[in-house]
Parts: sequence; structure tokens; C-alpha cells
Amino acid sequence: MKQRLKELWHQLGSPRWFYQISGRWPVWLLALGLILIAAGWVWGLAYAPPDYQQGNSFRIMYVHVPASMLAQSCYILLGVAGAVLLIWRMKLADMVVAVAAPIGVGFVALSLVTGVLWGKPTWLQASDRWWVWDARTTSMLVLLFLYFGIIALRQAIARPESAGRACAVLAVVGLINIPIIKYSVDWWLTLHQPASFTLTEKPAMPAEMWLPLLVSALGFYVFFAGAMTVALRTEILRREQRTQWVRDLAGVLTR
Amino acid sequence: MSFDSFQAFLEMGGHGAYVWWSYAAGLGVLGYNLFRPLRARRRVLDALRRSAAQILREER
Repeated sequence: MKQRLKELWHQLGSPRWFYQISGRWPVWLLALGLILIAAGWVWGLAYAPPDYQQGNSFRIMYVHVPASMLAQSCYILLGVAGAVLLIWRMKLADMVVAVAAPIGVGFVALSLVTGVLWGKPTWLQASDRWWVWDARTTSMLVLLFLYFGIIALRQAIARPESAGRACAVLAVVGLINIPIIKYSVDWWLTLHQPASFTLTEKPAMPAEMWLPLLVSALGFYVFFAGAMTVALRTEILRREQRTQWVRDLAGVLTR
Repeated sequence: MSFDSFQAFLEMGGHGAYVWWSYAAGLGVLGYNLFRPLRARRRVLDALRRSAAQILREER
């Protein structure tokens, strides 16, 4: 059993092995993800009952909450992959950091934009401002800059190994921001409402409201897995283009 | 259905602009993340094909 686990760990480190097993994944993941998102959004937009306080602006939740959850999960993925790279020098982990950051950054941006669009009619309806320096909004902005930093660092350092190592260190150090985002609504007085979902308690919303949220959040994660797989497979080909197996593959492609 | 008419659905009780722009932004980010990895994949495959064709030519 231990031997088998060790083998599996080594296989995971092999980009070639990952490329060979993941060929059919993107189609299924992307299709399933988009179907779930479409279902969750139609359900949330047209069928969920309006919120008794916020009216219909709460429907922004079905974009905002999945984007925010995914943006943070993707960052955790960056941190964990960064740690794996630093500890075990696993090539695939470096590729994960390289391809996940540009995907994740879009979801932080989406979380911030939809947050502003939701906050305006909810918190700031009487003012002409669009932004509040709230604990939650500020820590999410820090997350955006961490993503920017990781992306820029890779482009700024010429040697790929040094760039990968530097990005990994930044990704691991930046993990400290994740609990700050999570507890920002508890530690500081804030306008932001507390978490919609927790693992231990029943949601405060009725089921007709949170079920579409669950479906769209699931859709976002599955879609992300699909986009990640496409990007990772591309990165593997790009970095291994001088190896024999990629050359053989390219030879097959030309025929 | 939570709305009486299609007009009411579009208006979202006066919050239509906020709601619809949020969903448009969501579609934009999803579309971009569908398009960008697929474009990158096509480019890498094209480059690989070109270099493989070059090697084949040199071998002949």
C-alpha cells in the first residue's frame, strides 16, 4: 500500500503521465461546468424568491459568491502547489502555479466588480460613492494584488527555475491573507454580510435561494477544473517540447 | 417563476442594471477563461507541428 502510494506520488510528478491520462477531461469538465452554471443562474435569476430586505439585487449573489469562493480556493491551490514545488521540486506543481494564477485573477476581479455592483444599491444607495474601504473588500483587493504579483514575478525573472521558485514563495507567504479574508467579517466591524454557507450550520436562507447558489458554485469549480486541465496540458507540451515523447506526438500530428 | 412579466424580470425591481451587469461580467470572465486556454493550446500545437515538419524535411 505504501509502495503504491509512493508510486502514485512519483507519477503525479510526471507531466507526461498527466498529459496521457487527462486527454478527455477538458470536454466533460467544461461542458458539465457550463451546464451547472446555466442551470444555477436561470434558477437564481427567475425562480428564487426575492430577498425580503434587498429585493432583487440579491440575485447578484449567484455570480458574486461562486466567484469569491473560487478566487480564494484557486489561491489556496497556488499556495499548496507552491509548497509542493519548494519541498519536493515537482515540475508539475510549478506548472500548476504558472497556469492557475492567470485563471484565478479573473475570478477575483469578477468578485470585486460584482461586489461593487451589489454594494451600490445595498450599502451606498444614498451616497455617490461606489467603494467602501471595508475589511472584506480591502482583503479581497489584497488578494487581487497577490495574484498580480505572482503573474508579474514570473514574467520579470528570466530563468524559469528561479521564476518558479520566487512565485512559489510569494504564493505560500500570501496564504496568510486567506484566513484574513475569511474572518474579516467577524474580526472587524464591517458592512459585509457573514458567510452564506458554512460546513457546520444550516444556511440562513430558504432552500429555494441557496440551492441555485450551490449549483452555480459547483459549476464554477467544475468549469475551473476544465480550464485548468486545458491550460496545464498546453503548458506541459510547451515546456517538454524538446523531449522525445512530445516530439513523437508532434510527429503524429503532422501526418 | 418569481416575476409576473418579462418586463418585471428585466427591471428586477429597479435593480436591473446592477443585476444584469453582474451577470454580463460573469459571462465575460467565463468566456475569457474558455477562449484563452484554447487559443494558447492551438498556438503551442501549431508551433509543435511546424518544428516537427521542419525535422522531417531535414531528415529527407
